[in-house]
Amino acid sequence: MDATQLVKMVNDIAAFFVAEATPAEAPLAVAGHLRRSWPPPMRARIIAHLAAGGAGLNELSLAAVRCLAAGESA
Amino acid sequence: MYSIDHHDLGTPAAAGASVTLEIDGQTLTVPGGTSVMRAAALAGTQVPKLCATDTLKAFGSCRLCLVEVEGRKDLPASCTLQVAPGMKVRTQSDRLARIRRGVVELYVSEHPLECGTCTANGHCELQDAAKTVGLEEIRYPGRPAALATAEGLSPTNSHNVCDTSNPYFNFDPSLCITCSRCVRACDEVQGTLALTVQGRGLESTIVASQAERFIDSECVSCGACVEACPTAALSEKPLAIIGQPTRVVTTTCAYCGVGCSLKAEVKDEQVVRMVPNRDGHANHGHACVKGRFAWGYTTHPDRVRSPMIRASIQDAWREVSWDDAFAYAASEFKRIQAKHGRNSIGGISSSRCTNEEVFLVQKLVRTAFGNNNIDTCARVCHSPTGYGLKHTLGESAGTQAFDSVMHADVIFIIGANPTEAHPVFGSQLKRRLREGAKLIIADPRATELVRTAHIAADVHLPVRPGTNVALLNALAHVVVTEGLVHEAYVAARCEPAPFARWRAFVAEARNSPEALESTTGIPAASVRLAARLYATGGNGAIYYGLGVTEHSQGSTAVMGIANLAMATGNLGGEGKGVNPLRGQNNVQGACDMGSFPHELSGYRHVSDPAVRALFDNAWGVQIDPEPGLRIPNMFESALDGSFLGLYVQGEDIAQSDPNTHHVHAALAAMECVVVQDLFLNETARFAHVFLPGSSFLEKDGTFTNAERRVSRVRKVLEPLVGLADWEVTQRLSNALGYPMAYTHPSQIMEEIARLTPTFSALTYEKLDTLGSLQWPCNAEYPNGTPTMHVGQFVRGHGRFFVTEYVPTDERASRRFPLLLTTGRVLSQYNVGAQTRRTSNVAWHDEDRLEIHPDDAETRGLADGDWAGVTSRTGHTVLRATVTDRVPPGVVYTTFHFPESGANVITTDNSDWATNCPEYKVTAVEVTCVAQPLDWQRRRHAEAPVVGRKSKDGEQRKRDVAAT
Ligand code: SF4
Ligand code: SF4
Ligand code: SF4
Ligand code: FES
Repeated sequence: MDATQLVKMVNDIAAFFVAEATPAEAPLAVAGHLRRSWPPPMRARIIAHLAAGGAGLNELSLAAVRCLAAGESA
Repeated sequence: MYSIDHHDLGTPAAAGASVTLEIDGQTLTVPGGTSVMRAAALAGTQVPKLCATDTLKAFGSCRLCLVEVEGRKDLPASCTLQVAPGMKVRTQSDRLARIRRGVVELYVSEHPLECGTCTANGHCELQDAAKTVGLEEIRYPGRPAALATAEGLSPTNSHNVCDTSNPYFNFDPSLCITCSRCVRACDEVQGTLALTVQGRGLESTIVASQAERFIDSECVSCGACVEACPTAALSEKPLAIIGQPTRVVTTTCAYCGVGCSLKAEVKDEQVVRMVPNRDGHANHGHACVKGRFAWGYTTHPDRVRSPMIRASIQDAWREVSWDDAFAYAASEFKRIQAKHGRNSIGGISSSRCTNEEVFLVQKLVRTAFGNNNIDTCARVCHSPTGYGLKHTLGESAGTQAFDSVMHADVIFIIGANPTEAHPVFGSQLKRRLREGAKLIIADPRATELVRTAHIAADVHLPVRPGTNVALLNALAHVVVTEGLVHEAYVAARCEPAPFARWRAFVAEARNSPEALESTTGIPAASVRLAARLYATGGNGAIYYGLGVTEHSQGSTAVMGIANLAMATGNLGGEGKGVNPLRGQNNVQGACDMGSFPHELSGYRHVSDPAVRALFDNAWGVQIDPEPGLRIPNMFESALDGSFLGLYVQGEDIAQSDPNTHHVHAALAAMECVVVQDLFLNETARFAHVFLPGSSFLEKDGTFTNAERRVSRVRKVLEPLVGLADWEVTQRLSNALGYPMAYTHPSQIMEEIARLTPTFSALTYEKLDTLGSLQWPCNAEYPNGTPTMHVGQFVRGHGRFFVTEYVPTDERASRRFPLLLTTGRVLSQYNVGAQTRRTSNVAWHDEDRLEIHPDDAETRGLADGDWAGVTSRTGHTVLRATVTDRVPPGVVYTTFHFPESGANVITTDNSDWATNCPEYKVTAVEVTCVAQPLDWQRRRHAEAPVVGRKSKDGEQRKRDVAAT
């Protein structure tokens, strides 16, 4: 799946939670949204994109995908 | 002529305190406000009548229903006389009989005596009246009978000529008794006010608009007047062609989310009429031009009658037996899974199909396919409603019954156009507005309700496409900063911390109407006025549609709406609420039935082990705990080679989904596409297996409308292709090796009830007894739940969400300076597969581009010119309509015809939470061009359209031929 598209999708989700959640909660909220609505291949793809530098992901998105990656490997 | 099985009580029901009276010596108790006529009918005595019927207010003009009342010298009309305590009424006496006979004799003497050949014979109320009063001979000379039929009225013979201009019904003035029931039906029931009585006495006649032909008048062909007419003066054309119906089956309309209850009247396995059910809970005896008349597609020659297969989409189709089709589809799906893994195939269910069918498709995917790759077309319309309302209120559904609007004081419509897209609810809304309710409309266009007969919006907020969230924040800002929050309600019913955060957020100066004026394009004063009206005007009810959901911030806007309703205490009672107007008939049901990739029926997440255990045990499989692919994810995965097989039931994704080129490429990349549909639709061009579908007339099941109302769909005719859709899914599942053995859809509903807490007490027997009911239907609410969130929210405390406005990426620029938005018209339905195959094209036979006069002028475009529309993704050509219905900077089109290519130009932007496409905002440039594109002309020539009739269409055909 095209990483550019996934990056845009994560950034869009982050744009909602950056205002809605506190700075401490926001990465978890975005990661939770991804875990509940994205199928595993999409999550794996965005985690791989993070591992490759995470180009295009904004600050909250980076934190969120890190959270997601930690949760997936836990 | 009302339905042949309707027993008319003469006047509408009343609801006053009980009154006891005596009629013909029989004592009875009825609600106060009831007419004597209705009371007598309830007691089993039919007082003869002509101008009264129980959907209309009593009028008292025919003087046939006179009765004697003890203590009164005069003879009052029983239809206008209300019951009173202790009243003693006689409905029969020699004196009454004499007078009534005289009245009927006068009517009959003016009426052609051709009952034997009349379409209403046996169901004509004048005939009934003559029989009841024992009229045997007529003392007055009659009017000439046998009047000519011609294609229109001429001023000289308007009394005599039958108007056949409407494709569905005729008006024969010679059969008219000037009871004005049609006029009152058009006013009171439909709210269009198209008819009037012209002239006086015996010379009086009924005219449409300015004495025009029906087709040229303001008439919207709802059929209310035809249903109300006591004679054959207004009568459906098939009555004359097929003859009178002999049996009646009550079912539910398969078009929009109003879900009107209709009576299919049948003769010799042919539907003669669809008549609105006066006992229907969603429609109370009303319908629109689609449900009432546009069912001809069900027998259209284009219907595919045999299963077909082909190895490649370049090959021609080959007709095969059902068994061969199932075996081929199953072997292909298995081959793909063996090679590419369990998750390489999936399914799409349809909002046009029944709950039982949708449930079965998702069951097939989760069992026979063994994955969660199931999605539904609600993805592209109301998925943000599910997300937004679940998170704020706790349930993914509208909060009210339609009837609740009759208790609303302020009605706020945002991103919806009910008189076009939800017409029967639109009519009810108009009734409430004529009673004095206030109206706020937020819409980029001046929709009909902004100004129409006897109705004008109190505030119109012409919001710039893509800025709904900014508008909602500005409205909330006024509520919070002007002290209009319902503090006690919020304190008692909502979570305090999120409310405090939300309150602080919307109070920020950047969210004020003034600060957001340049964003939304709406004068701050209008926003302030609207907010004050909604917050302080009494019961406030919000209705919204796809103009809210189909945006990159669709879910945020739904939450913004819920925030506003909670803050002002407008949830949990009659006349209030948050009401999504669903596009298709069963969008609500398709969502309820678990056809989202992350949710099982009743909106329960697949990651919940307890929920999965329930299904694992019932189905004997292990449900995947991970969410599956959404429709756009399926397309992406097809393009990267990991998703290669798709079963799509009743949904034309190749036409309805955004960014057509992308969708077509994805479909073309798949190895096995199985399409189940009535017609060879656009998606079928990419299919390898075609399974012919059955129409709503050919199956049993249920639909759930926008108010959560579950209504029965009943089999009227045998399936044209031998199998109903649920049977096709079942046979496919069996071929795949997962056995299903239902013998009737009621068994599927039993399974749904066993597995879904919100449906646990719902049975077909109960639906038969009650007519319909609104879920939740369980031990706590055994007869359903008209109003939700009474006392407390489903999630416990209501949850406010901070709704930051994030502009869409799809912004106007120098290259694309205009914003295109889309909508629907009354006579057509979605991608038009059904309505284009009916005479509804008489009203709308092409999609047009509405453009403001200023924008047209700068581009040298005149009304009727071809306009090239170019976006970042594509290009199409539409004919221009120059109108100030749209503001400068905004253009608008409908999307009912494939050759319009509306989705060739829409982008693949989507809602952040649900990936619902952003259909409502596309930046475009418009230019004047000479002709449509080659592919459009080819498609136009191929398009199955029942005789395009309107002048524009004729003109266009000539143009197309000439180019
Ligand atoms: S057309 Fe029918 S309903 Fe209308 S006035 Fe004549 S008889 Fe009555
Ligand atoms: S069909 Fe409907 S809109 Fe047309 S005249 Fe009759 S009631 Fe009015
Ligand atoms: S309003 Fe909707 S449900 Fe009712 S008849 Fe029209 S299309 Fe059918
Ligand atoms: S039915 Fe009562 S006056 Fe006509």
